[in-house]
Amino acid sequence: MSSCKNLKEKIISVIFSATGAIALLTLMGIFIFLFTTGIKAFSHLSPGEFFAGREWNPAAYQDPKWGILSLLISTAMITLGSLIIAIPLGIAAAIYLSEIARPSIREVVKPVIEMIAGVPSVVLGLLGVLFLAPAIADLFNLSSGLNAFTSSIIVGIMVLPTIISISEDVLRSLPKEFREAGLALGATKWQMIRMTLLPAGLSGLAAATLLGLGRAIGETMVVLMVAGNSRAMPTSFFDPIRPITANIAIEIKEVVKDSLHYQTLFAMGLVLFGLTFLINFISDLIIQKQVRKYQW
Amino acid sequence: MVKTEMISENSKQNIVFMITRAATFFSVVVLFLVFMFVFMEGAAVININFLTKMWSHSDIRQGGIFPALVGSVFLGMGVAIVSIPIGIGTAIYLNEYAKNNLFTRSIKLAIRNLAGIPSIIYGLFGLSFFVLFLQLGTSLVAASLTLGVMTLPWIITASEEALKAVPLSFREGSYALGASKWQTIRGNVLPHSWSGMLTGSILGISRAMGETAPIIVVGATFFMSYLPTSPFDKFMALPYHTFILATQHSSQYARGYALGTALVLICLTFILNLGVFIIRYKLRKKKEW
Repeated sequence: MSSCKNLKEKIISVIFSATGAIALLTLMGIFIFLFTTGIKAFSHLSPGEFFAGREWNPAAYQDPKWGILSLLISTAMITLGSLIIAIPLGIAAAIYLSEIARPSIREVVKPVIEMIAGVPSVVLGLLGVLFLAPAIADLFNLSSGLNAFTSSIIVGIMVLPTIISISEDVLRSLPKEFREAGLALGATKWQMIRMTLLPAGLSGLAAATLLGLGRAIGETMVVLMVAGNSRAMPTSFFDPIRPITANIAIEIKEVVKDSLHYQTLFAMGLVLFGLTFLINFISDLIIQKQVRKYQW
Repeated sequence: MVKTEMISENSKQNIVFMITRAATFFSVVVLFLVFMFVFMEGAAVININFLTKMWSHSDIRQGGIFPALVGSVFLGMGVAIVSIPIGIGTAIYLNEYAKNNLFTRSIKLAIRNLAGIPSIIYGLFGLSFFVLFLQLGTSLVAASLTLGVMTLPWIITASEEALKAVPLSFREGSYALGASKWQTIRGNVLPHSWSGMLTGSILGISRAMGETAPIIVVGATFFMSYLPTSPFDKFMALPYHTFILATQHSSQYARGYALGTALVLICLTFILNLGVFIIRYKLRKKKEW
């Protein structure tokens, strides 16, 4: 009787650890499938040709070009542009919510900001195409508003909730004594924030920014719809561009399985996977260190 | 001297605080504008025909988005079937069974990284594994598996939170009465955490239903003259429909229809979120510890 019960317990615990293993297997599976397909591209192309080639034209009848430099630069432009918008706004809003706002305001505003994260990206892309792009084209006298500038604004809005939410958590996790000591020395609230809280929370704020960076690099729908889809080497923020994510989404439906083109798209996926993996890993380390530093 | 310095520090503070307040309310205004723009033109095309008629490709005013609506609902159900059992099972393992060893730490690391992988990468994985390797084709089941895998880390994290919120004394009391581990979990932990796990799961699924990039890669259909009848059928979906109407349809009415479809998508996720809100509100009143 009791051994039968023990057996049942054993079986149940094995079932739960098996479901746990699925998460691990998934991550490994994603890496393996990207890697085994993507790496094949390099049996035809040299890494220099792929990463530093200035022209991407895989469908050319004669002499197709396999360089992703313009796509990489496009991704870097969107990431940079969106963070220039999102970091100052995000950290300012986090300071307001954590240190200045009354609790009743915070209770209302925080969920509202988190709702932005819940708006499907295709909806933001749609608004970019229909409303923001024409407005930008008018404002700057451009023939089309579908460019790096417009898509940076929308991607910036998309990563804003991530940066606000994590920065606010970081600031609120700082010990109360920090605030009291600063104020007791006669500092104004802003002096206290600037000289005590921001330096103490700096690494955590950096981690929040990195997580925002990871989201901006991986964003697909907004750049697919709003960035303008030009493979030419970008020269300014008012040029139409095509980041890596958009390029994968556009071309994956047209390619033949196991062709070189198919393999290069997976190689791009591998680049994205590696970048976001690294960014998340670093921000994770920073956050853990920050939490440990002020745990007492 | 001291006084003027204080005044200037005070006014400096006022200026900075004003900036932080403006930054916060900018974010709120953006959300308001998003809803306003979608609602203004989107609501104009929504009527009973739009919601219940089959899609008509040649003259989009003749048809409706019924197959895309049904496809999205089926997709949401498929994602739930894939991700809820595995997600909640993993959370129970991590919070109740796992010892602090390499296996557990690897799972935790994997979950954190899975949550940060761009959705288009899940699409590539779904295409190469579910669509081509397992030969499921561009079907509802392949898309559900792909989005389900993407939703897993969200559900695991939310369910772990719910399990952690159950006080340790609930477990200790049960053990003291001689109950086994599983009896304790089933009798004293799950009854107090299922609502948190359920609401976390619903939020994850509503996010998955709004995703477009993965289903572009694994293959949603823009035009179907029938509803999917089996999990292996092709499917239409609201976010993909919005995308195509916004970027690749030549009709002059496409703009309004894209906004209308986006509004239906927002309403669908809003209904799910409202459900979560109601469950949480009802249960908060019942909790007594």
